[in-house]
Amino acid sequence: MQDLSVVTSWIHSLLTGYMPEWAAVTIECVVIGVALLLLYSLLALFYILFERKICAYFQCRLGPNRVGFWGLLQSVADMFKILIKELISLNHIDKFLFALAPYLVIIASMLAFANLPWGNGLQIIDFNVGIFFLLAVSSIGVLGILLAGWSSNNKYTLIGAMRSGAQMISYELSMGLCVITIVVLAGTMNINEICLAQEHLWFIFSGHIPAWIAFIIFMIAGTAETNRGPFDLPEAESELTAGYHTEYSGIHFGFFYLAEYLNLFIVSGVAALLFFGGWMPLHIPGFDAFNHVMDFIPSVIWFFGKAIALSFVIIWFKWTFPRLRIDQLLTLEWKYLLPINLVNLVLMVLVVTYSLYL
Amino acid sequence: MDMAKMREKIASLFPDATFQESSMLEVTTPDAAWHDLAATLRNDPDLSFDFLMTIVGMDWKENGLGCVYYLTSTAHAHHISVKVMATGDREQPLIHSISDLWAIAGIYEREVYDYFGIIFLNNPDMRRLFLNIDWKGYPLRKDYDPDSNHWSIESERQTDFTNEWIERDGKLVKEEHRIFMPDDFVVNIGPQHPATHGVLRFRTAVDGETIKKIDIYLGYIHRGVEKICEGLTYPQTLHFMDRLDYFSAHPYHHCLCMLIEEAAGIEISKRAKVIRVLMDELSRIASHCLFMGTYCMDLGATTMLFYTLRVREQILDIMERTCGARMTFNYDCIGGVMQDLHPDFVKDVHALLDTIEPNLKEYDTIFTGNVIAKGRLEGVGVLTRKDAISWGVTGPNGRASGWACDVRKCQPYSVYDEVEFDEVVLHAGDSMARFKARIEEIRQSARIIAQLIDNIPEGDFLVKVPRVLKLPQGHWWKVVEGCRGTFGIYLESDGTTSPYRLKIAPPCLPAAAVVDHITRGEKIADLITIGGSMDYIVPDMDR
Amino acid sequence: MEVTAQGMPYEAWKDNEYIESLVKELNDNGANVIVGSFDKLINWGRSNSIWPLTFATSCCGIEFVSLGAARYDMARFGWEVARSSPRQADFMMVAGTIVHRMVPVFRRLYDQLAEPKYVIACGSCAISGGPFKKSYCVAMGIEDIVPVDVFVPGCPPRPEAMIYGIMQLSRKIKVERFFGGVNRQESQKEFLAKHPIPGAE
Repeated sequence: MQDLSVVTSWIHSLLTGYMPEWAAVTIECVVIGVALLLLYSLLALFYILFERKICAYFQCRLGPNRVGFWGLLQSVADMFKILIKELISLNHIDKFLFALAPYLVIIASMLAFANLPWGNGLQIIDFNVGIFFLLAVSSIGVLGILLAGWSSNNKYTLIGAMRSGAQMISYELSMGLCVITIVVLAGTMNINEICLAQEHLWFIFSGHIPAWIAFIIFMIAGTAETNRGPFDLPEAESELTAGYHTEYSGIHFGFFYLAEYLNLFIVSGVAALLFFGGWMPLHIPGFDAFNHVMDFIPSVIWFFGKAIALSFVIIWFKWTFPRLRIDQLLTLEWKYLLPINLVNLVLMVLVVTYSLYL
Repeated sequence: MDMAKMREKIASLFPDATFQESSMLEVTTPDAAWHDLAATLRNDPDLSFDFLMTIVGMDWKENGLGCVYYLTSTAHAHHISVKVMATGDREQPLIHSISDLWAIAGIYEREVYDYFGIIFLNNPDMRRLFLNIDWKGYPLRKDYDPDSNHWSIESERQTDFTNEWIERDGKLVKEEHRIFMPDDFVVNIGPQHPATHGVLRFRTAVDGETIKKIDIYLGYIHRGVEKICEGLTYPQTLHFMDRLDYFSAHPYHHCLCMLIEEAAGIEISKRAKVIRVLMDELSRIASHCLFMGTYCMDLGATTMLFYTLRVREQILDIMERTCGARMTFNYDCIGGVMQDLHPDFVKDVHALLDTIEPNLKEYDTIFTGNVIAKGRLEGVGVLTRKDAISWGVTGPNGRASGWACDVRKCQPYSVYDEVEFDEVVLHAGDSMARFKARIEEIRQSARIIAQLIDNIPEGDFLVKVPRVLKLPQGHWWKVVEGCRGTFGIYLESDGTTSPYRLKIAPPCLPAAAVVDHITRGEKIADLITIGGSMDYIVPDMDR
Repeated sequence: MEVTAQGMPYEAWKDNEYIESLVKELNDNGANVIVGSFDKLINWGRSNSIWPLTFATSCCGIEFVSLGAARYDMARFGWEVARSSPRQADFMMVAGTIVHRMVPVFRRLYDQLAEPKYVIACGSCAISGGPFKKSYCVAMGIEDIVPVDVFVPGCPPRPEAMIYGIMQLSRKIKVERFFGGVNRQESQKEFLAKHPIPGAE
């Protein structure tokens, strides 16, 4: 298994050879920041096209295929268009909050994005409560959505924001409990250590029954967290035109649009981290030759492969199921998922206490 | 009870009434006795005319203004029409309202008020229905000046009050009622909204997510078809039937053609009849397919739309080959149909019939069997049988509430009495029942087509009709089963080449009017579910 | 300059003279090389990403649904991102009759669209009133209400005709200028000056 920290430490020592340490760190920070931003937007563009193609195939269509080869440049064209589209300024709104809201949403997803384990040694923020930090920053997003809905001075956006607030706060509970379930199994909150803990077997296999339950709940809660169908009530097109971002135009709307797709990636990335080993290749105890072959596939590819495969599942949900109603949505969370989750946590604790894991 | 007995009974109670007999009993009564007569017709167990089909407003120039009411009894299956002349002068003609007896009468009376300016006493909501509050004149009166109103990009004036005219101490008093309370949170849904299927507007008072009241606002696609028809010859009026409910183009055409043929005494060939019925049933399948698709899309299951449109495209191909168009066919004409069937018609239809059943199974798997879909549809927007009749909600919506109202069964026209099919009647009355009724109707339509497709009789598809068609003086009323319910046309002729009055009674207007009644207390999301399941077409109700 | 869109050969278009005249107008004033290439990039983006507003009043709207469905699949061109909020849409397909009561609503929707915005008048009702020419309640054509970019005749137009219409729009966008408006933007300004919104400052 290649350890990419060799590369990063080499770069660091190279830089410190020419300049004082503080300058090297500053340069590194800037480079990493720019690289993250680039990766963020590229991934978003990829995801937009990915979803459009996938749903087209679900619906016996072709999807974008005229702009660039196989439609590859479609979302690039969309981005150019949206960058220079007019930003409409409205009367009778809270102008400051209205402008702030999309940035809050995008910052929340950027921060969560920076936490993901990109590869072996490619952890950007690596500290002892990593997964906790990830959960914390991702909940800033709901603030942005609430502000967006409230500051627009529009009844649709207000209803959309209220729904969104109720939905995201409820489902965050489930997400948090699923994470705790896995943290119990891993024994650490450090993201890199969670990956390393799955060296012998991914948690989804080693944690067997409680891990499976946690995984299913995590996927449901994750879909709800990202406001995607069948939980896309905050922006239910047929009810609330465009939900909380009805009044946003141009790049501000673009931010919501990007954040929606990136949140999809983040949720699948976290699911990959918790249940499928993050960047860890597939290892099966006893099959040493197989494990060795798996190690030849770079860890970055493992991570992206898992995350994209899981987001495919979430996209699959969206294009199959009808939308739930707000009361059904909350019933599902508070009456079913949450109690199951609590019982599941106890189960996991028992499994760990009696070393019943594989 | 036959016509003579009915006549005897009414004559004994209301000596002022005069009678005339054609295909149904036609009563004429002065306005003073009208409300009592209406109450008797509605409540007497032997009469029990519980279904008000339409109210036709009329302007007989110097003979005054008036209304013709068409009533049907669902229990005894007999029909009656009542003509009431308005009292008062042309400035303020008056008729007593019957909105307390039939729920749907309220909105029909608003329509007549809008068109003719006839004021209905005691109707609690006497606002204009289709036209702006500041509209000058009443467009369907014969002396209306068509240039008296112009559009403006200024937002129209709106009021939060309804008017009611009541008689107090022998004087006419106008009272105002609030539509919404001052502290209601009113969300405006429409006219430009993805879920209203066109330009319909609901002013919705909500309490959180719960609906308190809906005020329905029509007229965003009111094109004045009835008035235009008065200036056209009979064959020219036909093509407007395509543009009302564009999915029921064939049945609507069929209705007007049958009406004119009946009035002119034209007998069409058996072949033309069979072709018309085939086209009606094909368009019914296409219409229900599109309903399923858009309905599921409203509920968030977008993919269904693409699967159902597959079948619809196949039907449109068949139609296009024979009629030459994808949507506005203008195929049925007076004396038969425009052109003969395409040579491949029979083959294509057989291919279609083979694909319908597997497709329906697929829809069941994707949507109807889905647990989320069940949760969204079952028990939502329950319309009882009694309400369905009182609100005049016909078609699959009425039949889902347990009211057997299929015109093809109860007043068979064309060749419907020679084919075997079941009337789909479900009893739950909720959105799911309305959805399932349509799926089942696709099966029944396919059954009718399968019986007819191999036995299309030889003969002319079009009989000779006089080039200039004049109808004798008189009036006629005809109903057919459109894709969305009972579609009626009232035609009055003064002996010239164009109609004196052509009134269209669409099935979608009651379907939209009842939405307020069945959504109260449900969630906003259910408004989409219920409105979608009523499957109204806005140009049809606005005309 | 041969302006074409969505991979259609130049000779296949029906009204090349009109586009040529627009190109001439564009080139008459000349342009800086850098600004010119920026314009090209922006126009490439805009012309390939035109999102419709879900707006339909009658029959033509159903053909618009068919346009989105599997057989005609407008997603191929990237037009399937139909936005329900006018703030996020690029063009408005006026599919259906506009009647007196709808006029203010329609105009408001147009005003709510974010620049650059385009209008396609689809079907004979939107072009001239069509079969409802004699009606007392129908606005005879939408040209007097909003500036129109492309007319698609038919009653209703076939989905193929709609595709052609939107492709023509995409071609028109290619000969616009972002820095310093020419062609469409100027005529739009003229129109709005002639038809002010009452009550707006």
